[in-house]
Amino acid sequence: MSEYNFAYLDEQTKRMIRRAILKGLAVPGYQVPFASREMPMPYGWGTGGVQVSAATLTPDDTFKVIDQGADDTTNAVSIRKFFENTAGVVTTEETEKATVIQTRHRIPEAELTEDQILVYQVPIPEPLRFLEPRETETRKMHALEEYGLMHVKLYEDISQHGAISTSYAYPVKVSGRYVMDPSPIPKFDNPKLEMDAIQLFGAGREQRIYAVPPHTKVVSLDFEDYPFEATKADHPCDLCGAEDSYLDEVIMDDAGNRMFVCSDTDYCRSRRAAGHEGRLAKEDAA
Amino acid sequence: MTPLLSVQNIRKTYGTRIGCTGVSFDLYPGEVMGIVGESGSGKSTLLNCLAGHLEPDGGRVVFDTRTDGPVDTVTMSEPERRMLGRTDWAFVHQHARDGLRMSVSAGGNIGERLMAVGDRHYGDIRDKAIDWLGRVEIEANRVDDRPTAFSGGMQQRLQIARNLVTGPRLVFMDEPTGGLDVSVQARLLDLLRGLVREMGLSAIIVTHDLAVVRLLADRLMVMKDGHVAESGLTDQVLDDPQHAYTQLLVSSVLQV
Repeated sequence: MSEYNFAYLDEQTKRMIRRAILKGLAVPGYQVPFASREMPMPYGWGTGGVQVSAATLTPDDTFKVIDQGADDTTNAVSIRKFFENTAGVVTTEETEKATVIQTRHRIPEAELTEDQILVYQVPIPEPLRFLEPRETETRKMHALEEYGLMHVKLYEDISQHGAISTSYAYPVKVSGRYVMDPSPIPKFDNPKLEMDAIQLFGAGREQRIYAVPPHTKVVSLDFEDYPFEATKADHPCDLCGAEDSYLDEVIMDDAGNRMFVCSDTDYCRSRRAAGHEGRLAKEDAA
Repeated sequence: MTPLLSVQNIRKTYGTRIGCTGVSFDLYPGEVMGIVGESGSGKSTLLNCLAGHLEPDGGRVVFDTRTDGPVDTVTMSEPERRMLGRTDWAFVHQHARDGLRMSVSAGGNIGERLMAVGDRHYGDIRDKAIDWLGRVEIEANRVDDRPTAFSGGMQQRLQIARNLVTGPRLVFMDEPTGGLDVSVQARLLDLLRGLVREMGLSAIIVTHDLAVVRLLADRLMVMKDGHVAESGLTDQVLDDPQHAYTQLLVSSVLQV
C-alpha cells in the first residue's frame, strides 16, 4: 500500500516520538510526555505501543507481535497485519528471529539479545495513580523521590491477604531512581526486566513514553520480611512439559478438569518441535 | 535557649485583602501555643504559612532543625521542606478525612510516614501501628479496618496517631476538636494533653474554642482582621483581657 508513509506515521511524528524515546532511555524509568496521535484502532488496543513500534521500525527489521504471550490472538494478528500493510516489513512468530517485538502483558520466555527491541503496550503508566489521583502530585512525588506511598499499597496487600497479592503490574525501581509500572506483565516476568535488549514502553491514551536501557538495574519493591517472589502456577506445561515458563490455566469441562499451557505460544511450539512432550500432548494432537 | 520556631513578621495577602500581617513570635521546645480568633481573622492562613502549605508574601519562619540548626523554612528547598513535613512536623487537619487516606486501612495510614522515611520491615511497621492505635485508645483489632468504618472521634484520633508516629517535634493543629460532640472533644483533649506532655511536643493550635486553649495552651495569641490583637500567657489573657476584641471574645462564651 504505497499510499501510506512507511509505518503509517508521518516522518515529523516519528521524529517527535524518537526524541521522546531517546529522552526516556537517557532517564531510565522517567515518563516522557509525547504528543500521542490518533491511530486507526481504539485506545486500549495498543495505540502507544504501535506508535513506538512505528518510530522504531526500519525496512530491514523483522517484526513480531505478542498478546498475553500468544501470536495468534486478535490484537496480535491485527497489529501484525497493520505493519505488514503499512511498513511492508517481514513478520515472524519466532522470538529469536525478530528484531522488534511488540508485546502486551508478557515478556517472551526466550532470552532476548542486544540486537532486539521490546516494545510494551501500557494502559496506565503511572504506578502511583490508584493511590494518588492528582497528576500534579504524582509528578512532584516522582521529582522528589517520595515513594513511601507505593509501599503503603504493598502493606495493604499483606495486611489483607497475608502476602503481597499484587500479581501483575508489580512496581519496580529502575536504576535506583524512578519507580515504574512495568505494564501489566505478571510478576513472574519482573526478574526478566534486567535484560540485554532495549525495552520501550508506550501509553497512547495517557501520552507517555518511558524506557529501560539494556543491562539496567530493575528492583521489584518489597519488604525485608516479605521479599519479592516471582510466582507461577505450580505445574509443568501440559503440552510441552516446560517447568520454567509462565502458564495459562484452561478449564476443559464442568467436571473440574483443567490444563496448564505455556502462555508464550512460540516457546511452547518450539519445545514441542524439539520433541518435548507434556501430559496432554498426545490428546491435543489427536 | 534557641526557640524551636521563630516567626518573624509573617505577611500573607490575597490581592488587596489581608490574610495576616505583622505576626511575630517565638515558640520554645515543649511549649504549646494557641491561636484564637473569629472566622476570617487569618488564623488558618497563618498556620498554613507556618506549616509550608502556603507561601507567605513576607517574613521568615525559622525552624531549629536537628541537623543544621535554625533554618528559614520559607526559603529552604521544597524537598527539604516536604521532608520536614513528614519527619519533624505534623499537621492535624480539622476534618480527619483531609489528613487520612480513607481507602487505606488504619495500619496503613499510620505506617505511611514510617515507610516514607524508609522503614521497610512489615512486622516492625505493623507493631508500631498497633502500639500507636493503643496510645490513641483505638482497639488493636481495628488495625485492618478502613477509616470509613470509624466514628468521627476515632478518625480524629487516628489522624493524630498517623502524625505522631515518626516522633515529630512540632505539631500544627487546625481546629482539632471542631465538629466533634462535647464528650468526644473532652476525651480527645485529654489524650492530646497527655501526648503533648509525655512526648515533650511543641504545638501550635488554631481554634475558636476558648476551652481548648485553656486546657492545652501555655501561651495564647488573639487574632483579629489579620493582625495580632493580643498575646500573652493563656490564663493572663483569658482572665484579664486588655484588648476590646479579647474582652468581647471572652464574654461571648456561654456559661452553662
